[in-house]
Amino acid sequence: MTAPLILDVQHLTKTFGGLTAVNDVTFGVPQGGIISVIGPNGAGKTTFFNLITGIYSPDRGSVRLAGRELIGLRPDQVAAAGIARTFQNIRLFSSMTAEENIMVGRHSRLKASFLDAVLHTRGFHASEREARETARIMLDFVGLGKWRGELATNLPYGDQRKLEIARALATTPKLILLDEPAAGMNPRETEDLKALIRSIRDDLGVTVVLIEHDMRLVMTLSENITVLDYGTKISEGLPHQVRNDPAVMEAYLGRGAAAGDYGKEAR
Amino acid sequence: MTAANPVAPRRLTPVPDRTGLLLLIFVATSALLLLSHNRDLLDTLGGLGVLLRNPIVEAIVVSLFLANVLFAYLWRAAPWAKALVGLGSLLLILPWAGQEDTSLLDLSIQIMIFAALALGLNIVVGLAGLLDLGYVAFFAVGAYAWGIFASPRFAEIGRYFVENPGASAAATAVLGALTLLAGLGGYLALQRRRADDLSGSGAWGLTLLLVAGWVAWFLAGRGLFTLGERPWSLAALWIGLVPTALGLLYLAYSRGRGRDVRGALLGLSRVLLALAGVVGTVLVARSILLLTAEGITGLTTGIDPGFFWLFLALSIFAAAVVGVLIGLPVLRLKGDYLAIITLGLGEVIRVLANNLDLYSAGSQGITPIGSASVGWFDTLAARLGFAEDQYGLLFLYVLSLLMVALILLVNVRLDRSRIGRAWIAIRDDEVAAQAMGVPLVQTKLIAFATGASFAGVMGMIFAAKQTFVSPESFNLFQSIGVLAMVILGGMGSFPGVILGATVVTLLNLRILPGLGEATAGLSWIPQQANPGQLQRLIFGAILVAMMLLRPEGLLPSRRRTLELHHEDPQEDDSAKGTGPSLTGGGGDVYSPGLETREEDEPTGGTK
Repeated sequence: MTAPLILDVQHLTKTFGGLTAVNDVTFGVPQGGIISVIGPNGAGKTTFFNLITGIYSPDRGSVRLAGRELIGLRPDQVAAAGIARTFQNIRLFSSMTAEENIMVGRHSRLKASFLDAVLHTRGFHASEREARETARIMLDFVGLGKWRGELATNLPYGDQRKLEIARALATTPKLILLDEPAAGMNPRETEDLKALIRSIRDDLGVTVVLIEHDMRLVMTLSENITVLDYGTKISEGLPHQVRNDPAVMEAYLGRGAAAGDYGKEAR
Repeated sequence: MTAANPVAPRRLTPVPDRTGLLLLIFVATSALLLLSHNRDLLDTLGGLGVLLRNPIVEAIVVSLFLANVLFAYLWRAAPWAKALVGLGSLLLILPWAGQEDTSLLDLSIQIMIFAALALGLNIVVGLAGLLDLGYVAFFAVGAYAWGIFASPRFAEIGRYFVENPGASAAATAVLGALTLLAGLGGYLALQRRRADDLSGSGAWGLTLLLVAGWVAWFLAGRGLFTLGERPWSLAALWIGLVPTALGLLYLAYSRGRGRDVRGALLGLSRVLLALAGVVGTVLVARSILLLTAEGITGLTTGIDPGFFWLFLALSIFAAAVVGVLIGLPVLRLKGDYLAIITLGLGEVIRVLANNLDLYSAGSQGITPIGSASVGWFDTLAARLGFAEDQYGLLFLYVLSLLMVALILLVNVRLDRSRIGRAWIAIRDDEVAAQAMGVPLVQTKLIAFATGASFAGVMGMIFAAKQTFVSPESFNLFQSIGVLAMVILGGMGSFPGVILGATVVTLLNLRILPGLGEATAGLSWIPQQANPGQLQRLIFGAILVAMMLLRPEGLLPSRRRTLELHHEDPQEDDSAKGTGPSLTGGGGDVYSPGLETREEDEPTGGTK
């Protein structure tokens, strides 16, 4: 990898009791890349995301975003530092409208304080305008402009996934982590999503890391793929390299077909 | 925040303009209210007069009158009519009727106190989703803050310190200031440190040094730490030292098993330094008391009423500080756990009020508590024909009206800001909120402190109105009562919780007692079945029925309504821009002059 690394993960390890969910994973994301993390269910992919975003604290290892160490920061501080994410099981704010959901994403970038809000100072109005404008831009960007005043829960499933992406983008991240963005989408929606992810990188300049099970999406979209199995990185490389890696085939087909009952994905 | 809804409001069946009806009802109920509180006129009316004097009829008249304000808020009518009915009811007719019967003013103040409490608790429970069962503690803080200083209790405290000076005031002041500075400075120095910055032995050295410092400090300053006749220095040393030593032993054991204990040591050091800050503050406060004790003994009726305004600000501040202090340790928890802990801490405040008898007079309570006297207001009241003993009550009525309006304004503005959005985001999904950059603890603390400050200021008004406070006014049932108002009115809905507070207070103070009184003399009702005896039962039945029939509350918030009836989500926006609106079921005027958009306007759209 020649481009400078925006995300540099070194020897990340996390155990839950006796289970090593993430085992000594080293992982680099070049600036402006689209990188995928794949692996069978329960491979520790989501745990890996949770470690990067500060939801869990690792037993060992370091995570650097553009050179800045993130381990020890709270999730909101990680978000402010520039990593946004979506969730495998959609986590929208259900009693808020689409617009308000995105405005929450703007939280750490707004300056208006408690007193500003109570006194309705000029700074407060400016920051509200800015938040609303961002919400409008982001909704249009993901193609949800018509849903602006609608409650998030009332959106169709695929649009909820897009709204989550818009909300994450509203934090003006350097890097966005997408956790199974295509889950539950039909082929047409998946095609739209593919275009959207490209546009996130090309038009917004945000580096993308995604966890995905849809192999067609992964193979056509990613510039680089990392494969996790039982918390360990078993392969890494260009899509065609990974596809032909015997270790990956074994992880997916060999043991998977035989046992068929991997534990539930760690969340 | 849906004011910017791109879809134009659609209305299938337009709501009729009810300006005429509103004014008609306003005039009718006002006349009825004034009539039923005019004793001379009632005497001349014969049968009708007797009927209007019936307690239950009177309760209904008052309730109908207060419903005016609700109608003015709910119905579609000309803005001037809404303003006239709302302001007229609360600022003109009610005080006028109160002139004849001060219990009416008393009732209104009580309603507004509960409305403010419900609005405060609504922030914590309804918006931020933190179940708080100890909310009344903040109310107590406000009540005692004023009660102690504005009553003979203050002189008692002074006398106690004159008689039991303990140590020298100057030495206490010096030691206190030094301790405070050392604690605060050390805490700030450590605040930004992270466990990784320290080596293992460095962390141990720091902690042991602090503990040794504590012991040395105790031994050196021992002579000073007597509260009057009671020496407590050695006991305090043991109480502090034993758990610290046990903690250190445990950490040493953990380290022996190969764990990294630097973070825990750093945390312990911070706690020790924070404690030093607290102790220093207490010592400084004590030295100030010692120095001024002579002067204080002279204040036999408490401090000058002119300090009322200062204490109004102080009670807000004090309650907010207590809110933060209670919130800090407990806000990592949520749901049932948080509820139980807040319940416990609420009781702690009550028990403190009960047991710190020097300051709070224990279960006897503090009385008489003074109130403010504002010269021009008294003159105005006299011009309007109020009797001299009514000035105070009228003043508190106007003050609480003002406070509720202010609290409502703050509520609405916060709700429509990034802070309000963060609260609701946390309520909906903590993990997602945090991942979007919302700091959990800070946001929850703001909710706790804001809610607490509303309770604090109303506690002070309560103390001034009752002229008496005792721990009994602040028990668990009060907390639960306020929670019932919030849930009954509609969690998260500002007009809803005001209405909830009004309905519950009216039921408790007027309608049910009135029912009991009216039926007490009837021989055909057996004594066991007399409604007077069954007030609690009827109240409970009403609560159960309301919750079964309207689980979302009387005036549900727009969000809840949308969730429950999401087949026509645009319908509720129709009410936008109906101009000035009056909120609440008698609690408050929602000043038309303030440009805020109404969040929870249901305007008949839901039915």
